[in-house]
Amino acid sequence: MTSLAHETIHAAAHEHPADVPLAIHDLTVAYQRKPVLWDIDLNIPEGKLVALVGPNGAGKSTLLKACLGLIPLTSGEVLFYGQPLRKQRRQVAYVPQRESVDWDFPISALDVVTMGTYNQIGWLGPVRSKHRALARQALEQVGIADLAGRQISQLSGGQQQRVFLARALVQDARFYLMDEPFAAVDAATEVAIVSLLKTLQAGGKTALVVHHDLATVTQYFDWVILLNSRIVASGPTQTVFTAENLRKTYGGNLSLLAEAGHALSQLGRPLS
Amino acid sequence: MSIRPHRILPVISLSLLALVMLPLEASATVTTWGDSLLRVLSLQDYNTRLVVFSTTLLGMASGWIGTFLLLRKRALMGDALSHACLPGIGIAFLIMVALGGSGKALAGLLAGASISGLLGVGAILIIRRTTTIKDDAAMGIILSVFFGLGIVILGMVQELPGASAAGLESFIYGKTASMVQQDFNLLVALSVLSGIACILLTKEFTLLCFDEAYGRAMGWPIGKLDMLMLTLVAAVTVVGLQAVGLILIIAFLIIPAAAARFWTENLVRMLLLAGGIGALSGWLGSSISALAPRLPAGAIIVLVTAFIFILSMLFGIRRGVLPRAVAALRLKRKIGRQHLLRAIYELQERASVADGSAKFNSRITFASLCQHRHWTHKAVHRLIRKAKKEDHIEHFDGAHLQLSESGYGEASRITRNHRLWERFLIEHADIAASHVDRDADSVEHILSPDMVRELEQQLKSSATPSSPHPTGGKH
Repeated sequence: MTSLAHETIHAAAHEHPADVPLAIHDLTVAYQRKPVLWDIDLNIPEGKLVALVGPNGAGKSTLLKACLGLIPLTSGEVLFYGQPLRKQRRQVAYVPQRESVDWDFPISALDVVTMGTYNQIGWLGPVRSKHRALARQALEQVGIADLAGRQISQLSGGQQQRVFLARALVQDARFYLMDEPFAAVDAATEVAIVSLLKTLQAGGKTALVVHHDLATVTQYFDWVILLNSRIVASGPTQTVFTAENLRKTYGGNLSLLAEAGHALSQLGRPLS
Repeated sequence: MSIRPHRILPVISLSLLALVMLPLEASATVTTWGDSLLRVLSLQDYNTRLVVFSTTLLGMASGWIGTFLLLRKRALMGDALSHACLPGIGIAFLIMVALGGSGKALAGLLAGASISGLLGVGAILIIRRTTTIKDDAAMGIILSVFFGLGIVILGMVQELPGASAAGLESFIYGKTASMVQQDFNLLVALSVLSGIACILLTKEFTLLCFDEAYGRAMGWPIGKLDMLMLTLVAAVTVVGLQAVGLILIIAFLIIPAAAARFWTENLVRMLLLAGGIGALSGWLGSSISALAPRLPAGAIIVLVTAFIFILSMLFGIRRGVLPRAVAALRLKRKIGRQHLLRAIYELQERASVADGSAKFNSRITFASLCQHRHWTHKAVHRLIRKAKKEDHIEHFDGAHLQLSESGYGEASRITRNHRLWERFLIEHADIAASHVDRDADSVEHILSPDMVRELEQQLKSSATPSSPHPTGGKH
């Protein structure tokens, strides 16, 4: 079967595939024959803020990386707006985990954000002032425009995270994949990220966010995916984010603290 | 960030080219060593000029590509690559002899070297991908096996009847070779090409070195870029085979870049500096080795590079050892001075509370000062001596001391900053009051006037607040 025919079949199988930011079919990923992700089937509706939640080692980052083609798929298919990633690069922006790079690298915050314009610049072309202006704008959006010239190792963890977010923003994509943007950031950054997510949503964008803090899921996200190698549940937060589903996802490993946090959030009392 | 590589780097290369191409008249007989040094450094011999110029250019090119190699944390990969060049040299020689040539055409030898070098790198990548052996072990294996293979092949080639393979082994340590114009053209062309490639690909290589996964997700062919970078490393390596030798070429790739890092936090400046340091070491090193033809050229060049590296390590303004030590010492002094002034201020404050009078620049006792922060007499004497030099203390007789007008002003300013910062921490971060003093201690010393103004706004206070905890003693 040619890939074209393959795509046609899938296009026929779904009603409005071009409206679905991310559709995953039968995805399995294995590291050295040990499966990390099993039979993932997933549709993410447009305009939602989606939390990807699960215990350590559940394959949250792996799922993101598999979607982005960063690791080989054992089987399955990933479609962004009804098409494979290579045809939709402009629509998709990635925010990697902060620890994935060496922050001692000799470049400034602005230079990192400028990387988001590289696709626009293309091969061999130089970075021009209009690209830097775009980058500066993105830094303003995340509230650290005054740190543009700072070497990246002199930024705090939260500021570094914001630099990564700005780099994705400057791509002006429709769909954002973020790997643990809330990990180890200060309170101010957390607030900034949340308001950024809401702004994106208001602009009709969609975001899939790996999230580890169960207490804030209901507050920040309107859609949730519970993952533990398999999809345990996926859907609107109110219906899917239940104690029952969480227990299924975390098995016996749901710590007392996380459970307490979840209970609190169910009472509608935001933890600040 | 006003420096643009696209504009500056070509200018530097062109001016270097012009410098060397200047028709210099060969001077008359040379008598003294000083004369010959001058002769070499000013490139008056035609042959020396070729060697020195090509090595200088090589230094610049390897400084540039080496910067990326270093930032990609592939320094050892470069070493494995250069060692893996050796079998290619022997095999290329054999092929050329079999085809009826002399076997010593430089282009052929270098082609063989680069092919086997890249094969070595390929073998490392295959080992890494297909087995559980780690990178460093894979590199160690390939480096030594290819090098051993090369030695064996060279040995066999030497025995070959009818072929004169003498001189091939000079590729190992490098030699101040006599060079024909054709070889020179080849080496210069390779250096210039890899230099230009580096300039054009600065943006792509930055992405590759900083955040590979992000680049891949954006659709950049990271694997191909990686190969391209290693090919450029291979090009620079084979250019350096003759002058530096394959064992030590890694120094030319890594040391200029590592030295440059001490001076800057900006990639473009680092590239410029690494190119400059590489060029300088190439020029000095090959000049010196032209004067001492018995010593291996590679070793001399490496030593020159190492000298520049040590200077950079000590004095580099961004990350050098001495500038950092000086900055740390300055901060320590500043903190000591501020602690002294604040302690005095707090004692004065306590005295005024005790007798119900208004706060003023009262005289305090030396003993109470020592007790206030559990300081030793010696430490306080030292602090007072420093404060006296700055005219902060008007009177000290061993038992009593009094601040000067300016010292009193400074003390109230410092105390105020400290308390504003403490109150900010208490009100805006969930820190228990008893832990505040220590955190405030570390930050208050670097509060800028702008930050203080912002603190005042946030706390809506411009007077000196009272301390949120009992003063005196370390909390």
